[in-house]
Amino acid sequence: MKYLLSDSVVITKRQVLQLARIPELLIFSTIQPVMFVLLFRFVFGGSISTGQPGGYVQLLMPGIFVQTVAFTLVATASGLAQDMQKGLIDRFRSLPISRAAVVIGRTFGDALLNILVLAVMAAAGFAVGWRPSSGFMRISLGFIFLFAFGYALSWIGIYVGLVVRDARVVQNVGFLVTFPMTFLSNAFAPTTGMPRALQYVAEWNPVSSMVAACRQLFGLENEFGATASSWPSRHPLETSLLYMLLLMAIFIPLSVRKYANTSN
Amino acid sequence: MNTVSAEELVKTYDKGSVRALDGLSLDVAEGTVLGVLGPNGAGKTTTVRILATLLKPDSGSAHVAGIDVIKHPDKVREVIGLSGQYAAVDETLTGWDNLVMFGRLYHLGKQSSIDRANELLERFSLTESARRPIKTYSGGMRRRLDLAASLIVQPKVLFLDEPTTGLDPRGRMEMWGVIEELVTGGVTVLLTTQYLEEADQLADEIAVIDHGTVIARGTSDLLKKQVGGERLEITAENQDLAKVQEIIAHVSGSATHLEGRTVSAPVTSGSNALIQALRALDEASLHPLDIALKRPSLDDVFLSLTGHVAEETVVEPVKKRRGERK
Repeated sequence: MKYLLSDSVVITKRQVLQLARIPELLIFSTIQPVMFVLLFRFVFGGSISTGQPGGYVQLLMPGIFVQTVAFTLVATASGLAQDMQKGLIDRFRSLPISRAAVVIGRTFGDALLNILVLAVMAAAGFAVGWRPSSGFMRISLGFIFLFAFGYALSWIGIYVGLVVRDARVVQNVGFLVTFPMTFLSNAFAPTTGMPRALQYVAEWNPVSSMVAACRQLFGLENEFGATASSWPSRHPLETSLLYMLLLMAIFIPLSVRKYANTSN
Repeated sequence: MNTVSAEELVKTYDKGSVRALDGLSLDVAEGTVLGVLGPNGAGKTTTVRILATLLKPDSGSAHVAGIDVIKHPDKVREVIGLSGQYAAVDETLTGWDNLVMFGRLYHLGKQSSIDRANELLERFSLTESARRPIKTYSGGMRRRLDLAASLIVQPKVLFLDEPTTGLDPRGRMEMWGVIEELVTGGVTVLLTTQYLEEADQLADEIAVIDHGTVIARGTSDLLKKQVGGERLEITAENQDLAKVQEIIAHVSGSATHLEGRTVSAPVTSGSNALIQALRALDEASLHPLDIALKRPSLDDVFLSLTGHVAEETVVEPVKKRRGERK
């Protein structure tokens, strides 16, 4: 227990070193979100009228931030599955280190990567006209929310990686889950245009709460699509926080236990 | 004193339908090398994984350096090193990165981790490639680095799970050299292998396992004796064969066996029989093409113990590996 934090940091450092040894990894994990920013901004931006000063990009950016941090759970899962496949996890498990350190270390590493990705995306967004208007404190709080949401989701990634064990399968399963999860929300289009049943799903989707919360924190009045009938759409900040806590309360103990018993 | 002991280990997979270990017991005396020999799926890896605290047995008990593996796995991890087909290193990092990382995880200080890494790289002739990513290493270099990683803190017990599986002959010879050197240093080793010559070469004692239990145990000489003693084999020209058979039958005192132009018969005191046979052949002015005293190989041992040949499958199918690891 004494070494839990320092062991975790060693594992995190390993991931940072990996990025340093294969810079391509870093480039590709930032190119994709930037590409999404540009595509959505210029493909949909012209044809979706929002009635919002500054246009679609103001609504788009929070959505795309949330989507990007949600996608990193796939990277978390496949990275871990790869370590399992290669036998590296067996090596770690034969060492006198805290059993939680290996998974905690990986969530730290992915959190660091998320900070970088968010920064690059914010710059890209700014370049194409995104102008958050709420002031430094609230904008910072928005990014803290995004960071925390990414961290909470990475624990789902840990669990998926430990259960599925196969990096390629994880990739497929991951996108199969994260794509509908991020699109079945208010991230890119108003939920009001969806069939009634889907609207409920979308409004209770943690992604929607997060997107709405970020829009609020970045200074938008209109949260784009919430029919304002459900509790989550009226209280996006509180709902997002609850979701994050709930996810961590479920997946941290589950993952740590799964890791400790992974061979049985 | 036994540094490693396992008693009646049972491990089943897939809700009991696959019995990987079926009451396996073994022990390794301090400072010796036990070779655990068996074909794929015999239970070698499962045994190592239980002893190295990666897996819990369904029943049975095991102690490593006097510590109960099931009750105090944390304590066991402080005194063991594990290397082999499943334990691995980070391929994207350099050899140096890896060893320093493992040093830190063993809670050596920063400088001690660096010093230890340099020392091990030097010892395993990897200094030149220390700053290259592992994925550029040859199979033999990779295994040496893997072994180095298991020696960061002097382990009391070293588990080598098929340390040369998949290596080319040169890599295998290098690895044998490295392991032999280690053993001279006094560490207790449990080595699994499906290569009979490897067990013969490296192990003080051999435990042959099949279907999850030990079916024979002893030095390689003892095992060979169990199968039967030596055989005298003489190859001669066709016209001499009858006479040679007569001489061999006389020397060995038992029936001879003729295959092609080779006459053979079991003998009890090998070298004496060889001299007698040579003398008799010389007196009869016979000049054999070849003459040899054959001791049974471990292959023969395996065949006679299990009734089937040890499969030397180098590449295990992925499914099977996953099954074994669950």
